[in-house]
Amino acid sequence: MSSKHAGNDEKLRVERLYKVFGDDPDDTIRRVEAGHSKKQIYADTGSVAAVADVSFGVQEGEIFVVMGLSGSGKSTLIRCLNRLIEPTRGSIRIDGEEIVGLDAEALRRLRREKLSMVFQHFALFPHKTVGENVEYGLKIRGLPAQERRDKALRSLEQVGLEAYADVPPDNLSGGMQQRVGLARGLAVDPDLMLMDEPFSALDPLIRRDMQDELLELQQELRMTIVFITHDLHEALRLGDRIAIMKDGRFVQLGSPQEIVAQPADDYVAAFTRDVDRARVFRARTLRRDAEALSADASVAAARVQLTRLERSALYVVDDYDRPQGVVRREALEANGLSSLDEALVREFPTADAEQELVELYSACAAGLPVALLDDEGRLTGIVEPLEVFQLLGGNGGGDDADGASSAGNTAGRPGVTAGSLEMRRPDHG
Amino acid sequence: MADQISDFYTLPLDDWIEYFVKDWLVPNFRPVFQAIQWPIDQVLGGLEAFLLWLPYPVFVVVLPLLAWRVAGGGVALFTLLSLLFIDLLGIWQETMVTLAMILTAVTFCVLVGVPLGILAARSDLFASLIRPVLDIMQTIPPFVYLVPIVMLFGVGIVPGVIATIIFALPPVIRLTNLGIRQVQAELVEAGLAFGSTRRQLLFEIQIPLALRTIMTGLNQTLMLSLSMVVIAALIGAGGLGLTVFTGLGRLDIGRATLGGIGIVLLAIMLDRITQALGEGRQAKRPGVKQSLSRLFKGLFQGSRAYEDQR
Repeated sequence: MSSKHAGNDEKLRVERLYKVFGDDPDDTIRRVEAGHSKKQIYADTGSVAAVADVSFGVQEGEIFVVMGLSGSGKSTLIRCLNRLIEPTRGSIRIDGEEIVGLDAEALRRLRREKLSMVFQHFALFPHKTVGENVEYGLKIRGLPAQERRDKALRSLEQVGLEAYADVPPDNLSGGMQQRVGLARGLAVDPDLMLMDEPFSALDPLIRRDMQDELLELQQELRMTIVFITHDLHEALRLGDRIAIMKDGRFVQLGSPQEIVAQPADDYVAAFTRDVDRARVFRARTLRRDAEALSADASVAAARVQLTRLERSALYVVDDYDRPQGVVRREALEANGLSSLDEALVREFPTADAEQELVELYSACAAGLPVALLDDEGRLTGIVEPLEVFQLLGGNGGGDDADGASSAGNTAGRPGVTAGSLEMRRPDHG
Repeated sequence: MADQISDFYTLPLDDWIEYFVKDWLVPNFRPVFQAIQWPIDQVLGGLEAFLLWLPYPVFVVVLPLLAWRVAGGGVALFTLLSLLFIDLLGIWQETMVTLAMILTAVTFCVLVGVPLGILAARSDLFASLIRPVLDIMQTIPPFVYLVPIVMLFGVGIVPGVIATIIFALPPVIRLTNLGIRQVQAELVEAGLAFGSTRRQLLFEIQIPLALRTIMTGLNQTLMLSLSMVVIAALIGAGGLGLTVFTGLGRLDIGRATLGGIGIVLLAIMLDRITQALGEGRQAKRPGVKQSLSRLFKGLFQGSRAYEDQR
């Protein structure tokens, strides 16, 4: 349904990847294939299958989060992607190019031109200034001094640290240091950014700030990111898709909603049980394409569109994508309607894509789809109220997939007070 | 009654070694060893000539200034007083000869030791091969290799320096290796993740971060080479070692003590200065230009002060 990942512009494709630490990898892989557990294999052979038969793809512009506890193999996995750790078997393709088996020179070129990495403990070079740290990837590429300095300053500006370019990194706080780490990763303009628990070493408040900042940067830059974390909340906040890793394998791969709504097994369920969904999810996680009608569409066309999409209401936008109002299915079905305008409801709920769901409660109470607007007031998508309540309610939301079509009567649901409706009149300049 | 192997047979290892050195190594490889001697001879000759040519007043000003620049006021004062005292004892010439020897030995230790240490840090195989060699170099008493050195290189100050190099080399190799291996794994990963070549990794990250440890190795090497000064005098090296050695031979306690004092003062001065050099490297990093200008400013003021005194 969501068109976000529909394109097949896949940036990274990993197929059946294994990393075995031990003397007889072939034997270990056979045991993995036979379904032996990591513990059992270690007990029997002394070998560790750190990454065992992992396959996934990452789309361009997506944040792909791998979440797992320590020892789950997530750090080994991310290091296989740029071959800081040599994979034992399997295939890794970046932009279609196989990188397992590249010789040293080709691998260096790949790392220089396409990849960058942000580390858990920042890994800033203490003998270089902040600016020199950010320049490092560019210096390695052989860029002239002035050019790389300019680029470094630009990416320091993106993280708000341009004033600290000539300071040694040790003088900065943890959060600032990781911003430098982020700037160093951004400076080389990578096709694929690898982030190995980048915020884990920061205290909770700073961590939240950094997550927000990453999301803001991401809105602007649309990077392709593989992000490792041990914190499910972080995974849910940042991830377009999430893989839960345990004992070297992916136990579940899906969107944040899928992970929370339909945990694949008890292991995942144990994580998701305590999640405060209203604060974890943002409006954008439930965003659907608006499929808006233009103001001069005919009533008949609107009816066809509604039926085809199985929606209860559709937005009507002007030439600049600004919503004028919303038409309900019931209103359209009334006889004797001569134009859309007559059925138009001009008061409708709105929200920002980055708002947390807890802030959407009141907007949902109208029973109308919530319009997601960008900074210029343009319609970028809608959120169906029923889906919000299903996600927050948490019981079997995913089973009732087409419940959105009957989203008319949500006002009667407990916990929703119609009095706090957040309405907004669209102004037509 | 025979209850030991040696009652029947003793291994003539001593004869074999003597044969190996005298009848094979010396006649066949003498030119090679002469060639090894050449660069050492050049550096030593140059340094010695320079130090002896350098007017005493200049030396007394420059070294304390240098000490002040890298190690602070206390060490500078100590250096100044030591230099004045050495001259007062009348052993200035000998001290300069010894200093030239030491500096030559340390120079070659660094030239040979740092690359070997880097190699050892990069290759576990090379590290495991060189380790027993270093163990032997550090434990074998220098007297054991003095004789073959005399056979191969003759007597004189250069063979003395060569004996000193053998004795003092291990710490530089060991600590270079250690320093590079101790660089945080995540920093090396960061370097590699951005596509550094091995050379870039070495010069951009590993050596700068290992510098402090390498400087400690250099300091150790310096101290060890000072302790070889008297032994080197046995095979004809001059300087303070010779003063001690001749004092010993004639039971001239006074002479021997003078030499000893000279060596100790030299050792403390060099130790403090090189130690501070190693520590200061990472704490503050004034630019080269800045250091030079400060040094010259200091020099200028220093020489003015000297003239004022006159």
